[in-house]
Amino acid sequence: MPIDPNYETVIGLEVHSQLRTKSKIFCGCPNKYGSDANTQICHVCAGFPGVLPVMNREMVNMAIKTGLAINGQIRKLSVFSRKNYFYPDSPTGYQISQYDLPIVEHGELFIDLPDEPKKRIGVTRIHMEVDAGKSIHEGIVGASWVDLNRVGTPLLEIVSEPDMRCSEDAGAYLKKLRAIVRFLDVCDGNMEEGSFRCDANVSVRRYGAEKFGTRAELKNLNSIRNVMRAIDFEVDRQIDLIESGEEVVQETRLWDANKNISRSMRSKEDAHDYRYFPEPDLPPLTIEQSQIDALNATLPELPDAMAQRFQDEMGLSEYDAGVLTACREMSTYFEEANQVVSEAGKKNAKATANWVTGELLGRLNKEGLEIDSSPVSAQNLGKLVALIQTGEISGKIAKKVFTHMFDDGGDPQTIVAEKGLKQVTDSSSITAEVEKVLEAHPDQVEQYRGGKTQILGFLVGKVMQATRGKANPAMVNTVLKEKLG
Amino acid sequence: MLSDPTTLTLAKLSELLKKRQISSEDLVNTFLEKIESQNPNINAYITVDKAGAIKAAKDADARLDAKQGEALTGIPIGVKDLFCTKGLLTTCASKILHNFIPPYESTVTSRLKAAGAVVLGKTNMDEFAMGSSNETSHFGVVKNPWDHSRIPGGSSGGSAAAVSASLCSATIGTDTGGSIRQPAALTGITGFKPTYGRVSRFGMIAFASSLDQAGPMTKTAQDSALMLQTMAGHDAKDATSINAPVPDYMASLNDGLKGRKIGIPAEYFASGLSQDVATVIEEAKKQFTDLGAELVPVSLPTTKHAIPTYYILAPAEASSNLARYDGVRFGYRCEDPQDIKDLYFRTRAEGFGSEVKRRIMLGTYVLSSGYYDAYYLKAQKVRRLIADDFKAAFAKVDLLLAPTTPDTAFKLGAKTDDPVQMYLSDIFTINVNLAGLPAISIPCGFDKTNLPIGLQLIGRPLDESGILSAAHAYQQATDWHTRSPIL
Repeated sequence: MPIDPNYETVIGLEVHSQLRTKSKIFCGCPNKYGSDANTQICHVCAGFPGVLPVMNREMVNMAIKTGLAINGQIRKLSVFSRKNYFYPDSPTGYQISQYDLPIVEHGELFIDLPDEPKKRIGVTRIHMEVDAGKSIHEGIVGASWVDLNRVGTPLLEIVSEPDMRCSEDAGAYLKKLRAIVRFLDVCDGNMEEGSFRCDANVSVRRYGAEKFGTRAELKNLNSIRNVMRAIDFEVDRQIDLIESGEEVVQETRLWDANKNISRSMRSKEDAHDYRYFPEPDLPPLTIEQSQIDALNATLPELPDAMAQRFQDEMGLSEYDAGVLTACREMSTYFEEANQVVSEAGKKNAKATANWVTGELLGRLNKEGLEIDSSPVSAQNLGKLVALIQTGEISGKIAKKVFTHMFDDGGDPQTIVAEKGLKQVTDSSSITAEVEKVLEAHPDQVEQYRGGKTQILGFLVGKVMQATRGKANPAMVNTVLKEKLG
Repeated sequence: MLSDPTTLTLAKLSELLKKRQISSEDLVNTFLEKIESQNPNINAYITVDKAGAIKAAKDADARLDAKQGEALTGIPIGVKDLFCTKGLLTTCASKILHNFIPPYESTVTSRLKAAGAVVLGKTNMDEFAMGSSNETSHFGVVKNPWDHSRIPGGSSGGSAAAVSASLCSATIGTDTGGSIRQPAALTGITGFKPTYGRVSRFGMIAFASSLDQAGPMTKTAQDSALMLQTMAGHDAKDATSINAPVPDYMASLNDGLKGRKIGIPAEYFASGLSQDVATVIEEAKKQFTDLGAELVPVSLPTTKHAIPTYYILAPAEASSNLARYDGVRFGYRCEDPQDIKDLYFRTRAEGFGSEVKRRIMLGTYVLSSGYYDAYYLKAQKVRRLIADDFKAAFAKVDLLLAPTTPDTAFKLGAKTDDPVQMYLSDIFTINVNLAGLPAISIPCGFDKTNLPIGLQLIGRPLDESGILSAAHAYQQATDWHTRSPIL
């Protein structure tokens, strides 16, 4: 959303994605979240004298897969470097990262926006690095605590080109990237827990200007919503500065999600000189083409390809296909439900898609739940859609059944049977109800016969009311028309 | 019982132990007594592990009694104090690690211990292996057993002095720029730096990771072969260790010198070489010819760049390797730090000695933004050229022969105020590290004041066998290596 039409926003994102390897990157400690402080560490994690890092090949494979998934070039030779800085939660005094020779370069991904489908965002590079520990300052007086459990967690840093032009672009990019890492099963993509973290570089320039404006780096963005809010805030702030004749300074700013503002953390002058140099404890990483080919062969169907298939083979809209491929759990849910519908002999992927994106997601959102914790299983939602497709219940009744399923559990057939919600398709009982309605509404019958045919809807409604929604609406229509001559 | 078994070679002691003509426990006690009487004069050991040594000796004797001994079973050795030894103080001769007891064992010492070697204690060294004279140790200078007013060389000065004074049968040292070979030459012993990656660096406290290499320091080349046989080999815990089979060094030890081409690099005989050393090396060259080797003049034109290249790369790595000594998790911590910066500043200011600080400063500078290309990157390129020079020479010859040091041991304190003069004492050893090659220093004579002189044999990558057999052939024909200082 352009905040001031005279300015163009330029955004580049750096995403840190924690990889779901079994063990840490340079030692055998388990790579898991949520243990008691300093229980998942060894002497390598704690930076003891004389210990050495040993590369986890599982991480390399995950990095290559991620690179392939974004059409990146995999470097056959990449180099680890040390990034030197002092901080208590970095026990060695340096972070092992990749600097001038990262494992992946020149990638891209495509985002879908209502007015700009398939917009290309370049991915400059993906490099492997190691996470630091955590310093804990809150609630402690006169000291800080350090938890080294996270030290050694493998990270991919995924750096985009400055190709995004508004916060919506950034949001869509993050969603797409998150979907990719989730589809690959290399990262759980959880922004709140910090396993998928984003820093945003934001600048503004007058439309038509060639040079980028001075950028600010925004940190502490723990949800896609916060990324977007922080960008909008930053764009406003920078335009205000320029408009009032001041200059934007290069700095790092921290987002405060409670106050919806950012504040300066450090300026360019305070920036560290990281003194990068090649890590002498690790030889350069060489990758064979055969390894790349083998990994390429194991890549799962990725969101873009799957969305295309949903459109081509199932006739879904681009929007629905996009929503249903936002994450692996979503697409799996949809495909499982759709399978049940198909097995009932009533193929209708569109109907299934509508139920997932409409009723189900609407209710999940309201309850603050994710798809993988949905109280309604994919099987049961599929059965529900199948009941509509086979004409056993109407769409309206189905919504009632869905509410039951969501609130109290249970499978739709049982609920329909127990509550007597089965659609009436017996023509004699429908005819009886129709006759009763016609008898009770002679004026309307008169009007219809006089040419006011739209009154039919009123009469259908009365029949449905009388059958508490259970009558098959199509049959009611036919019988009514028959009787009205 | 022999009168003084401490002066025997490791090979001889091994034979006596296996034949049960001597027990490891007796041997260890004899060495411990000698250490007790002599170490106060020489200061070769920082820590002596009497109880641990006696227990290990008893275990070794049991093994030997059961006829399950290996070459090193029951052999008393010293370990440079930068190899982490589980449960035994490991200081790196620094105040900052004055209280560090490692909870893990270095790969080298664990292999030696598994073979039955008995660790008598931890030997003195220059602080963090930074020095050429063993004067930078927090635990005091080591004295040259041949002349107590002189330095033993460094950084493995304690290890060299301990072997020279027979305060152990053999030691292990480390060589980053000459730290095994230079003190070996100055104390009249055999010191062998293997190919970079031949011996695991796991558990070896790092100075400059791309240069550091552990090796044996012994009385003879044969003893070095026995030690290296156990020390060498791939280690999954060190990503830079070479995954190649370890040949049987003893099997090729008697290969002799006949028909082997030995290059004489002109640059190692140019200015700066003392007259006595030059004369002695000339004699040694003749000896090699007599033994059937063919001497070939070669040139290593990049030799002059050794010192500046090394003093950019090694400190750069050191400045980063030593960042972990911050007073947070182990080692020395300053009193009453006011905040995290104060903790860092004072811990490091108080914990490190001046040579270590000088190198941290140097290394930090050469890696700084704006200076990296001019220093670090250029030095990396020169390093490549230096390696290429050796490669070209080894296309023509099998080995290179050169003096190990330009002069014999200097007086204590003579160069402490002049770091550049100090650095120049490694001028003949440093390039070997930059090229990652194996090289041995063996005794080849004495100067006019009866100070030992060493010669260096440099080989192709992984040609430890070729070096050992050449050195052994020379030692079979000479007796320089049998000379001991009078204590």
